[in-house]
Amino acid sequence: MSSSAPDFEALLREALSPIEPPADMAVRLESTLVSLTELAQEELDSWELAAMRDPRNWVRPAAAVVIGAGAGSALVLLRVRNRHRARKQQSANLLELAESTLADIAGEARRIMPRR
Amino acid sequence: MADELPKNKAELDARFSELYRAHLRDVYSYSYYRVGNHHDAEDLTEQTFLQAYRHFERALRESDGRPLRPWLIRIAHNLAANFYRDRSRKPEAAIEDAGMISTPHTTESLVEGREELKSILEGVQRLPDDRREALIMRFALGMDNREIARALGRSDGATKVLLHRAIRQLEGIVNEGAVEDTTATRA
Repeated sequence: MSSSAPDFEALLREALSPIEPPADMAVRLESTLVSLTELAQEELDSWELAAMRDPRNWVRPAAAVVIGAGAGSALVLLRVRNRHRARKQQSANLLELAESTLADIAGEARRIMPRR
Repeated sequence: MADELPKNKAELDARFSELYRAHLRDVYSYSYYRVGNHHDAEDLTEQTFLQAYRHFERALRESDGRPLRPWLIRIAHNLAANFYRDRSRKPEAAIEDAGMISTPHTTESLVEGREELKSILEGVQRLPDDRREALIMRFALGMDNREIARALGRSDGATKVLLHRAIRQLEGIVNEGAVEDTTATRA
């Protein structure tokens, strides 16, 4: 490589700087996960019980359960973590922060689980 | 030493959240430099994490404790390839075009007024796909040779050669452009 390579690499590093994702990127991704959960739920709701007598029809609702459960659990975590960061800046002490975070986890789980 | 595998769904989701937070910027940066505009980069980033989530448990099992960033970038790489195939188009020269989009985190604002950086970005777009990708992974994401090798499905040695040639070719393109500019100015 030429002697100018280290300089050139420094320029290359500067030109290809990491790109910060938009601030609302995480929110949009979260809502996509919500949609996925809801679609999975609708799949289950619309399934007629009669069709379930045929084992060949078990695959789709089973997949819907798996997708719904996965996306829902991820949502609880993502939402709670986001709010935890906000509270961390506001809370006067660690105990208060822990209490509010625990309450939030329970509330978020209750909000999502009954839909299932 | 390999990390312990999650014992239940909650742990698995917690691990995924960690992965997501640690590498959102990497996946977004890679996507942006691949597709060349913010709109498609966001779409590609979302699709990458959704697909990663579906296969996360297996990836953890098979990774044997190795970092999962190359696996994530490989997903983005495959999705980007499908993106071009489906839409029958090549990457836009959009790192320039995106200058019209008002966002606070664009490379175009960084390279504004820096002709040398602009010519490097233009040169990167002219490289063959594999060389361009290797450079994005090395310089935008800071991946080492081993990580790049895993993401591209190549050996460490082949990746080292690929990077070396990519830098040399890019340097040639940039220098050639500088000579042309000088000649045009004199004429």
